Amino acid sequence: MTALTTFLEHYNYFITIFLMVSGLYIVIARGNMIKKLVGLSLFQTSVYLLYVAPGKIIGGTAPIFDRAYTVYSNPLPHVLILTAIVVGVATLALGLALVVRINEAYGTIEEDEIFSADGEI
Amino acid sequence: MELFTNAVLLTLLAIVTVAIARQRSLFGVVILSGIYSFLMASVLIVLDAVDVAMTEASVGAGISTVILLATLHLTKSIEYPKPRNTLLPLFVSVFVGAALVWGTIDLPAFGTADAPIHRHTTPRYISDAQDHRIAPNIVTAVLADYRSFDTMGETAVIFTGGIGVVLLLKGRRRRRPGKTAGEGMS
Amino acid sequence: MKHDVILRVGVKLLLPFILLFALYVHYHGDYGPGGGFQAGVISAGMIILYALVFGVDRAKRIAPEWLVERLVPAGVLIYASAGLPAMFAGKNYLDYTIYSHDPLHGHEWGVLLVETGVIVTVAATMTAIFYAFVDRGRSA
Repeated sequence: MTALTTFLEHYNYFITIFLMVSGLYIVIARGNMIKKLVGLSLFQTSVYLLYVAPGKIIGGTAPIFDRAYTVYSNPLPHVLILTAIVVGVATLALGLALVVRINEAYGTIEEDEIFSADGEI
Repeated sequence: MELFTNAVLLTLLAIVTVAIARQRSLFGVVILSGIYSFLMASVLIVLDAVDVAMTEASVGAGISTVILLATLHLTKSIEYPKPRNTLLPLFVSVFVGAALVWGTIDLPAFGTADAPIHRHTTPRYISDAQDHRIAPNIVTAVLADYRSFDTMGETAVIFTGGIGVVLLLKGRRRRRPGKTAGEGMS
Repeated sequence: MKHDVILRVGVKLLLPFILLFALYVHYHGDYGPGGGFQAGVISAGMIILYALVFGVDRAKRIAPEWLVERLVPAGVLIYASAGLPAMFAGKNYLDYTIYSHDPLHGHEWGVLLVETGVIVTVAATMTAIFYAFVDRGRSA
């Protein structure tokens, strides 16, 4: 019973870890560069969850002050993640621009083919 | 009820992630990542992070989907079905996951009000908002007031990213080198 | 998509409301969810939607490329210079209390100024990234 309660109380963290690990798996196991970048953004979004989930208080409300409420969820993780999302899309665009240039130079976006074109394998 | 909605949305998120990992068509991957972003925005609303949810819905599902589709237009949209050894990546992922799970067991339970994260600096933000020293939306106040140096750095990072993309893509198009790819790359 | 009547009319009807919503999100950020980051992305989304339906050339007539590329650094400069008056008045950099006699109003003015820098940078960067990708595709 206690094991089940612990599992339910930490379900958020477990899903966060699952998303993070799947992102890691996609980045390592897939050779396609666009797929790799999508995996990287999966990893990144799991970090959003990791930050925001501990800030939640059950029965609390969004951190916008109003006389009707006294319990607010923690605003600090929201601030950190808000900027991280917009920075994340700028860096994703930078990565995709590099992919476009790589495709123009090599004619492929598969990592294995690029390595064999360079004679490294 | 809050907990139940949260658990259902998180489970859907995990299912979409598995679908992204298994999908071979890159167009499918892009659309699934848009769905993933909307689900993530819903989860963030349940977690009371309304500002973050708004950003995630507009950025994750809007702008990044458009940019990913533009990249697909410029490259190939099918992932090469080349068999690659997935045993080692799987092992690394499972190992990292197990280590992280082992580390999370001791964390405070989800949603408790007396967790350490709620004791430091946050009470001051909330009492400042109650005393009308800052604007009612505490997130905006912390973002642009208490932590304005931080936000200035983030703005500079966005500027740098945008300039980097413009520099990479606006330049003169170079001829695609054939067999002698090694020299043309410098 | 240039010849689809429903899309053209529907998008034309939607555009002003999208921009209005972006401005609402920006100026109401002190009282409700929102702020410069979200408003910037929404207004860039407006231009991208216009470009998707009517073509990039017409989008560049309402948001010219040279203007967009100059606005990217301009936003950072607005943000950085919002802190300078306080420094000349002998206070700390980015101290907003000098903007008004009432400290709360001073903070609100300061936040609005800083958020203006953020909205300009974010909107211009997202539009510039979109233009860069699309132009690369057309020159191929």
